[in-house]
Amino acid sequence: MTAIVLRTLEVSGSALAVAAAVGIPLGAVLGFRDFRSKRLVLTALYTAMGLPPVLVGLVVFLLLSRQGPLGSWGLLFTPPAMVIAQAILVTPLVAGITMAAVTGVDRSIREAALIDGASPRHVLYLLLRESQFGVIVGVVAGFGRAISEVGAVLMVGGDIEGYTRVMTTAIVLETRKGNFELALAIGAVLLGLSFAVNLVLHLLQPGMYSGTS
Amino acid sequence: MRFSPMARRRYAAAIMPALLALLLGARDFLGGAAPSGCSGAQAHAAGRLLLATTTSLADSGLLDALVPGFTRQTGTRVDVVAVGTGQALAQARRGDADLVLVHAPELEGEFVQAGFGLMRRCIAYSRFALAGPADDPAQVRSAPNAADAFARIARRGAPFVSRADGSGTELKERAVWKLAGVEPRGHHWYFPSGSGMAAALTIADQRQAYVLTDLATYLAMRPRLRLELLYDQEDPTLFNQYAAVAVNPSRFPHVNFAAAAAFVDYLLSPEVQLQIAAFGRDRFQRPIFTPLGGQCIK
Repeated sequence: MTAIVLRTLEVSGSALAVAAAVGIPLGAVLGFRDFRSKRLVLTALYTAMGLPPVLVGLVVFLLLSRQGPLGSWGLLFTPPAMVIAQAILVTPLVAGITMAAVTGVDRSIREAALIDGASPRHVLYLLLRESQFGVIVGVVAGFGRAISEVGAVLMVGGDIEGYTRVMTTAIVLETRKGNFELALAIGAVLLGLSFAVNLVLHLLQPGMYSGTS
Repeated sequence: MRFSPMARRRYAAAIMPALLALLLGARDFLGGAAPSGCSGAQAHAAGRLLLATTTSLADSGLLDALVPGFTRQTGTRVDVVAVGTGQALAQARRGDADLVLVHAPELEGEFVQAGFGLMRRCIAYSRFALAGPADDPAQVRSAPNAADAFARIARRGAPFVSRADGSGTELKERAVWKLAGVEPRGHHWYFPSGSGMAAALTIADQRQAYVLTDLATYLAMRPRLRLELLYDQEDPTLFNQYAAVAVNPSRFPHVNFAAAAAFVDYLLSPEVQLQIAAFGRDRFQRPIFTPLGGQCIK
């Protein structure tokens, strides 16, 4: 059980780290910059926010399969394969919410910064700082999606005991075997874990509870 | 809820290290938990056998009973991916397994003939049985043979759950329907579920339906089922033979053929064959498998 919990945290945590590293800058740039095909890009991003996990699982499976283009990496049925699948699912979510938060920052702030002669990079930083509440929401939502995801990790991980079994796939397995009590217990731990992680993220966030950030 | 910045930091400081420790410790801990004693990619390189098998061997607990001994002897970790026979063979055809352990002689033959598999060895046989609701509305208890039992279910229109997942069990089921002269698909009483053995049993249990099951999975699940074994006879139709087939390394150079061969040798060793013959005596008060020592009956 402990091994399953740790593997879950490892896989979803890594996926979230990748998603944050890619999604936050991407979302910030999309919220900050105007360009010609922006509408199309945003529509694509919104679509990606709702990607079906089983579809992502299938595509990653075919990519990583020995017969697939990345087959030589030998990653199918390993934790990195699960991280790849989850990162694909979570990155658009983080990017989309970050973008919405950055867009929502008062225009005058960025104009004032630009007038003061701040570099675009510095303006981006200021915007992210102003919209950190929204960015944290994006990260929290991303973590929620990653840790509760089952279809994709089942397909690309294979639910191998002691190796790629995570909490959601363990719940599926135990339900399949009719061990409903055990499945429910794992579900309760999953929920508690999610709560603990959210608590930490919120506590780290200054001004979260005053509503004046 | 309102926290002062200080309190907030204090709480975070209390929870954060615990979570970090969990995350950082994950590697070592999992490494310790894994039989090979090392983590992730290292174990992979040092010797990992990727075994694609039927859900029945995994769900029945037989593999759980046999695999640890092999890992102790050889240091090779066995990663079991439990899918249906059809899916296991498809996975192996893409080179995504080192060894398959399945129960569908025709498919195994095709697999070997197409050059994907080597050394098909029959490990043991068991049989399939028909489980269903205790009141047995279709009267299969008194059926003279399996085909007649299936025909009775069709005549009565009693609910029947099919694996319908390309598994060896489904193939057997189709063969029995054919013998019974019934095409079940499309009938209101026929439920193609697309699920593994344990899941199909759970569905049949909830719907009080009939289901064709391998003996091992049914017995492992019995404490949680209301279904009873209604047709459980020495009927050649329900013969269920398990074979191991190694994936051909000249087709897929990356496969761990040495580990696959070692695992097959291990399964066929006299001690393990005895262990297979005894499997179920303690837990289910009856033996389930008859060892075959590598010789296939068909």
